[in-house]
Amino acid sequence: MTRSTGTKAALALIVALAVALPFVAPGYYVQFASKAMLMAMLALSLNLVVGYGGMVSLCHAAFFGLAGYLLGLMTPEAAGASVWIALPAAMLGVAVVAAIIGALSLRTRGIYFIMVTLAFGEMLFYLFHDTRIGGGSDGLYIYFKPEFVLGGITLIDLENPRAFYWVALAWLVGAAVLVQAMVRSPFGHALAAARDNERRALSLGFPVFRVRLTAFVVSAMIAAVAGFFSAAQFGFVAPQMLGWHLSASILVMVVLGGMNSVLGPVVGAIALLGLEEVLKSNFEHWKLIKGLIVIALVFALPGGLKQLSAMMFPPSAAKEPAPANPKEAASHV
Amino acid sequence: MDALTFAVQLLNGVQYGLVLFLVASGLTLVFGILGVINLAHGAFYMLGAYLAWAIAAYTGSFALAVAGALAISFVLGILLEEVFVKRMIGRDHLAQVLLSFGLILVIDEVRQIVFGKDVHSVAPPDWLRGSIQLTDVLSYPIYRLALCVACLILACVIFYVIQKTRLGMVVRAGAENRDMTRALGIPFDLVNRYVFAGGIALAALGGALVAPVSTVFPGMGDSMLILSFVVVVLGGIGSVAGAAIGALLIGLTDTFGKVFFPQFSSILVYVLMAGVLLWRPNGLLGKS
Repeated sequence: MTRSTGTKAALALIVALAVALPFVAPGYYVQFASKAMLMAMLALSLNLVVGYGGMVSLCHAAFFGLAGYLLGLMTPEAAGASVWIALPAAMLGVAVVAAIIGALSLRTRGIYFIMVTLAFGEMLFYLFHDTRIGGGSDGLYIYFKPEFVLGGITLIDLENPRAFYWVALAWLVGAAVLVQAMVRSPFGHALAAARDNERRALSLGFPVFRVRLTAFVVSAMIAAVAGFFSAAQFGFVAPQMLGWHLSASILVMVVLGGMNSVLGPVVGAIALLGLEEVLKSNFEHWKLIKGLIVIALVFALPGGLKQLSAMMFPPSAAKEPAPANPKEAASHV
Repeated sequence: MDALTFAVQLLNGVQYGLVLFLVASGLTLVFGILGVINLAHGAFYMLGAYLAWAIAAYTGSFALAVAGALAISFVLGILLEEVFVKRMIGRDHLAQVLLSFGLILVIDEVRQIVFGKDVHSVAPPDWLRGSIQLTDVLSYPIYRLALCVACLILACVIFYVIQKTRLGMVVRAGAENRDMTRALGIPFDLVNRYVFAGGIALAALGGALVAPVSTVFPGMGDSMLILSFVVVVLGGIGSVAGAAIGALLIGLTDTFGKVFFPQFSSILVYVLMAGVLLWRPNGLLGKS
């Protein structure tokens, strides 16, 4: 798979912008960019499952929120939690939950999978909403940011928004590289094969269930990192972080940016959050406009913003192979 | 727990199950016939309750409120089918999920613009007010009994229409094999339209009927939507009988869960669903 020069140029531009931003932008935008990058990471993780795996999961917000809660529960009252312990613990905790949810949900296909993941996500939502774990419906404050301390020296101070920005950027790039490596590996091809034609993939001897479950768990762990740092950034976790409205919003990001590419969901997340930010400050009923945009996306741009750019700049001869038809994928799951 | 308290809780559970059935049957029919997954179903439940509140406040008549909510949502359903849903038939589930998510946002905001976001209560009609004294401390509201009876009658009507009428036959045939039905010359676009509008009207009717026993508030559709999905998944998508069994199971689990394990009652419902799906991945009466 070769990348066109256009994609390379766009990538270089994005990286340059990302590196330059904390030096030129006011603090508010640096924080907003950190938030957007963490959401981009969440969208990226979901795309591994939805775009490459053909599994429409509606419980990714639950993994995101669960990691936030785990951080909150592990943060001592008088100090920040150590990143070296809290982050792996949160990722591991989410991985275990995702493995259980995945193993149960992956017994089902298509629309059942959507509904079952929705139900499991809500189960976690109600676990934190109805019981006193993590403060019930009031949520939980995290008064101290997690600490990157090694040998008594603070390596990175997350209280500093710019330092936080670099951490978020590093994780986003790391996640993108990991997902890219995964989808290009034989594992990724097996995942895509199972999406395009499950029966054939099975008859070719691919361990479809295991491949899907692995993708699901890895994706949940990336979502967990995003949730961990989101909770750290806002110093607060609430059950709404796990709710299906957020899961659906991330799906919008994935589709908006375009599935079947690693960068698409990142672009989609930043575009949607940027758009929301503009709408929020200008319209009282901004959700109405967001809803209309989502509807328009479904009808006018099923391929997302990528399709829009393709319409404006007709593709050159050197182009990535056409993405698999999602309709075809859906009919086989 | 003595026998009488148990009986009252049983009645509560059955009543809740019947309301759930009313709402979930619309969801499962729309999916079974149109093959469209509609996340906005709960929004119409909420809308039904708000419409009922507004009409009741304006006219003072509960009967008019219920009829009005039903009629308005039915017309709305026909419009939405014509404008949006028609184009969703045969598209992948992801697109359907996104469309209905967009609809939820739109409906929620329009509701806020038109009705505000206050919490309201709706008075039951005069002749259904009050409660039956069972013992010195235990009484049962008459409206809840009436709600039970109304939902039971509606459930019978739904079953009768689907099992015994020609319309029901067409609907069942469509759920069984869409292409074959179309090939046999059934005006399927028309069937789709009325099934969609009817499904939404059932959700709104549920909201309107429940308004006097629950409060009318913006987020009321959310929990109902998720529970309807659980019911549909439990029963098997497209199966109305499955929805009935699923709804009663969920109603009883939720009610008795609240009595015995107050903190975990909401989770219990999902545990039940997970258990059933482990046993039968396509639901109790679902086709494999």
